[in-house]
Amino acid sequence: MRRPPHTGAHLQETLDMILTTAAFDQQVSILFADDGVLQLKTGQNPEQRHLKDTAAIFTALELYDVRALYAETESLSARGLAVADLILPVEMIDRCHVNSLMLRHDVIVPD
Amino acid sequence: MKFAVQLNASPYHSNAGLDAYCFINAALQAGHEIVRVFFYKDGIYHGFRYATPPDDEIQFNRDWSALAAEHQIDLVLCISAAQRRGLLCADEARCQGKLDDDLAPGFRLAGLGQWLEAALLADRCIVFG
Repeated sequence: MRRPPHTGAHLQETLDMILTTAAFDQQVSILFADDGVLQLKTGQNPEQRHLKDTAAIFTALELYDVRALYAETESLSARGLAVADLILPVEMIDRCHVNSLMLRHDVIVPD
Repeated sequence: MKFAVQLNASPYHSNAGLDAYCFINAALQAGHEIVRVFFYKDGIYHGFRYATPPDDEIQFNRDWSALAAEHQIDLVLCISAAQRRGLLCADEARCQGKLDDDLAPGFRLAGLGQWLEAALLADRCIVFG
């Protein structure tokens, strides 16, 4: 995921794909990079602008056994974020290792 | 080779739809198989029966319908993404008390399971938009 949160229905529809994939017993990993790392930032109050509480959907990932969450180290530090600022536990991954992460998967869905 | 194609962009937001359409034609000409084309997110806007662009512009819904008829390609619009955008099939239109079905010929509405199935059946998945 590379897009910032609360930009239309994009995230809800991406999460639907992820949950469907997990529901069909496929292993899913999510890589947060660029502005996508902001998706997981704590302290968002989207309801104030009548936007969807996407944090609630993210926390549902665990129920579907989607636990392989990665955040790119450089993207986090460029935005002044640390793992402690995120709503879910993620594994930090350096940019130079993203390629090998992708190679471990059969299907890549860019977002 | 078997390809699964996903299209996420609307006809007028970018050239992603045109790229997908040209890719599919080229793949077919080269003897490859298109397992399914799954329209998701704003890609739904390719499946509206009554989209009526000016005559000198690309007629996407007509072109997709012709492609489906000629090559028996499975064109699937995600049902939840479609309902969100006001595209209803005949059954759903009746249930919701609407007058008409908006689905262009050659398209069908189905769930994300169809996208996943195509992704698993194909050798390659390509996402446009």
